[in-house]
Amino acid sequence: MGTVTSAQQKLGNRLANVMIVVALIVFLAPIYWIGSTAFKPRNLATTVPPTILFTPEVSPFVKLFTKRVQLKPNEKVDYDNAPWWEKIVIDGGERISRSGKGEVQLSGYPSRFLNSLIVAITSTFLAVAMGTITAYGFSRFKVAGEEDWLFFILSTRMLPPVVVAIPMFLMYRAVGLNDTHIGLIILYTAFNVSFAVWLMKGFIDEIPREYEEAALVDGYTRMEAFWKIVLPEAATGIAATAVFCFITAWNEYAFALIMTNRKAQTAPPFIPSQVGSGLPDWTVIASGTALFLLPVAIFTFLLRNHLLRGMSFGAIRK
Amino acid sequence: MAEMMNRLDPMSRAASRGMSDLAIRNLFVIPTIAFLIIFNIFPLIYSLGYSFTDFRASSSAPANFIGLQNYRDLLADPFIWSNFTITAKYVIVSVTGQVLVGFGLALLLNRSFPLKGLVTTLLLLPMMLSMAVVGLFWKLLYDPNFGMINYALGLGNFEWLSDPGIALYAVALTDIWMWSPFVMLLSLAGLSAVPKHLYEAASIDRAGRFYVFFRITLPLVAPILLIAIIFRTMEAFKTFDLAFVMTSQPTTELISIRLYKMAFQEWQTGKSCALAYIVLIMVLTITNIYVKYLNKAKER
Repeated sequence: MGTVTSAQQKLGNRLANVMIVVALIVFLAPIYWIGSTAFKPRNLATTVPPTILFTPEVSPFVKLFTKRVQLKPNEKVDYDNAPWWEKIVIDGGERISRSGKGEVQLSGYPSRFLNSLIVAITSTFLAVAMGTITAYGFSRFKVAGEEDWLFFILSTRMLPPVVVAIPMFLMYRAVGLNDTHIGLIILYTAFNVSFAVWLMKGFIDEIPREYEEAALVDGYTRMEAFWKIVLPEAATGIAATAVFCFITAWNEYAFALIMTNRKAQTAPPFIPSQVGSGLPDWTVIASGTALFLLPVAIFTFLLRNHLLRGMSFGAIRK
Repeated sequence: MAEMMNRLDPMSRAASRGMSDLAIRNLFVIPTIAFLIIFNIFPLIYSLGYSFTDFRASSSAPANFIGLQNYRDLLADPFIWSNFTITAKYVIVSVTGQVLVGFGLALLLNRSFPLKGLVTTLLLLPMMLSMAVVGLFWKLLYDPNFGMINYALGLGNFEWLSDPGIALYAVALTDIWMWSPFVMLLSLAGLSAVPKHLYEAASIDRAGRFYVFFRITLPLVAPILLIAIIFRTMEAFKTFDLAFVMTSQPTTELISIRLYKMAFQEWQTGKSCALAYIVLIMVLTITNIYVKYLNKAKER
């Protein structure tokens, strides 16, 4: 009997392992396809059947960052003196667009990427700072109607972005905040601060009150105890919360689509707008997408032990 | 900051030991709540006002008060009802898919095997990525001619996104790919919390696999699974990015997309504010249920 079950178990385990491998392939294939298309020569991106093996190129990234124009027939370019990245573009039948002074003109991508960084980092900093102190307030002191306030804070996060965006658009238009970094930063901070309060409250609840009480007995003020005892203890939680807030702001699409169009536009609304007309160059879209997804992929690995907590607003901790 | 204050005024510090707890609490809590009221509640009051007018943000004509006309028009509009029907279909298909796939994956992962941590993290990757940007790339994967999906499944030139009858399910499939990992993550937490001795007792009693699953595993994981389902339902109901970048079929016009078009393409600002309120009430109802179960899970 015992050997039969163990043989059965072995078979079951092996079957489960095979299914896990299949699941890994299914879940990672789209991500792999983005990564591989980012290094494909343009003519191999849309072949029938799809090209799986190829010699990788960096040309999509060169094209991603530069503004280019189609070469006219018989147009002369100084190929021999061109730097390697310019040769790649010329080989593709295009030349890099230059300003009157001969400076290379950049595509729309780098500025959108920079906007994404500015908006995500600033709003993360503000949301985590406000979220941490507010969470401390809720965790350590009696607040009348605490449950109701916490529900109110969470519900602001749950609103569909388009619902909030309609009045915000009108208000921003009235005060000139449309298409500005500050406008987007405020929106993302408001969006993330509720998340930060909920998550940080869980982390601060776990720090024993005795630590601060001991410090208070030693002559620390409450403020000093917060700065010198609670904050260092909460450092891991603060870091995890910050990464979550950053990812949310980094990925946000609807507000950015509605509130920005050029100056302060972030990458998520910009990348789809490239597909708009004619035959899209999927290698350039893939390189832009891959570069945009990379920070989040790295953060996911750093966060792996906090994902459960973050995704459940700090409710499920295990 | 605290240090600086102390150095500046050691006497008063000795007297009062810094700020009172009450002052600190107010300093820590009130600004955030005020911030959220200004940037979340005030705009909603503002749009509640507009929902009773015929205001159009694209024209300079002043808004006229028209009472409940917008709400009456919306509730009598068969197209709006079809947007809600499409949304309901989308929610049911994608959440059911996510629960089946996500819970199934969690059952597979809930044992020890080599590289378990790495495999779990890799499977969680899709849900962390930008829906708009990844959704866009799925257009290439779904392409009837050179798409990877048709090639891998041997479907020939199957039209995923340009067939009006299929497009919604294609978007839901991408959503299932993205968010099954979320259900998996929560289910794994639920599964690992099932006491081992229950399984040992069941095996002593020679209980069958189905019996163990339906009598032990499922009931004990159910509370956490329910949280995952409510949360995903709420998110699927709000879906905008994914469907918006992937297709422009009328059959995939979810309620958020209708709202966006009404507000920012047709510029029917007053009417869109009214629709926003109808959506808002629905979302708050689901949020209320969600928080109730979240607090229950916390107490466990």
